[in-house]
Amino acid sequence: MNFPQRAFPSSTLATSGGISTAMLENMSFPYELPALPYAMDALSPVISENTLRFHHGKHHQTYIDALNKAIDDTEFQAMPIKAMILASGAGGKTEIFNNAAQAWNHAFYWDSLCEKGGGDPSPILKQMIDASFGSVEACRQELLHAAVTQFGTGWAWLVLEGKKISVMKTEDADTPLTSGMKPLLAIDVWEHAYYLDYQNRRKDHVAGVIDKLINWKFAADNLA
Amino acid sequence: MEHTLPALPFAMDALAPHMSKETFEYHYAKHHQAYVTNLNNLIKGTDFESKSLEDIVKSAPAGGVYNNAAQVWNHTFFWNCLSPNGGGAPAGGLADAINKKWGSLDEFKKAFQTSAVGNFGSGWTWLVKKADGSVDIVNMGAAGTPLTAGDKALLCIDVWEHAYYIDYRNLRPKFVETFLNNLVNWKFAEANFA
Repeated sequence: MNFPQRAFPSSTLATSGGISTAMLENMSFPYELPALPYAMDALSPVISENTLRFHHGKHHQTYIDALNKAIDDTEFQAMPIKAMILASGAGGKTEIFNNAAQAWNHAFYWDSLCEKGGGDPSPILKQMIDASFGSVEACRQELLHAAVTQFGTGWAWLVLEGKKISVMKTEDADTPLTSGMKPLLAIDVWEHAYYLDYQNRRKDHVAGVIDKLINWKFAADNLA
Repeated sequence: MEHTLPALPFAMDALAPHMSKETFEYHYAKHHQAYVTNLNNLIKGTDFESKSLEDIVKSAPAGGVYNNAAQVWNHTFFWNCLSPNGGGAPAGGLADAINKKWGSLDEFKKAFQTSAVGNFGSGWTWLVKKADGSVDIVNMGAAGTPLTAGDKALLCIDVWEHAYYIDYRNLRPKFVETFLNNLVNWKFAEANFA
């Protein structure tokens, strides 16, 4: 595969850390499915191989395919994906926005997880979390609460705004990128993210993700 | 009033293989039940406690009470839209209204399929009767329901992923197609149209 490097017009469009996200951000039309940054069974038992096969191989692939179809022969085709998300969101191009944002959100989500994740963030990130939430445990609780209370489909995020770290939730394909926040971590709470493993028990799934899979190093890298 | 989970109008395994018993064990016994339980907890000690389910849906502001009340109502309505002897064609005034709007039942099915497949995220796709007697297809997100829009609900399909993930995984188009060809309860829709 050939991923041409681009010069991005501003720092807000700088390539994020993380393997899947960087792959996607360095692609040009036609987009391909970015690889997972780990093996299909690496997140088991919190997220099973079966779930990843569908989530990555079917759902994420479908967003990529639908994106290519939607931007073919439009002015969005030549844009880097983050610029495409901002432009389609601002311009009310719902189909392009939904698929571009979901393509990016998923890549960012894969990078937000890792084998043997969880535990404590690195010292600098921990200091910022303590300053913003009081403690890592308070941050964990707030992230869990956001993920559990996002009604219907959507995402829970840890984001950086200025020097402050906060939790936000977004609906459907919405992403913090459109509100000028810098995403640090994403948790997918669409039912397809957990239904094969947890069915209706979203809280058990999210608690497992936060405690066992969260890639704090990726979050810390995103501070830069 | 204490809201309760209404009985299913068929046995849990009656729609297999189109919708499995396992799907109903979660969709009905867990998801629908959770909306009922949440609603009862949320309205305790509030003005909503004395209201009927429909009145709560129509009067609650956006948020937890509305979401749970509307989801209780929508799911009960959805179960009635399904039948072990479903599929086939509508009759009477509803058939006429569908033909008038779409030209044929097949064209209606195509339009309904496209809407339900394109209803992004979680939500419901409805066949409704408008004030002027005509029929239309309406997509709604999350806990959306025609009760608040003034249209009369005739038929709906739940397109939250929990409605089809056990049986169809990511293949929502296959679920919607099966609903239209094998499950849809036209008698219920006809009675709503009358």
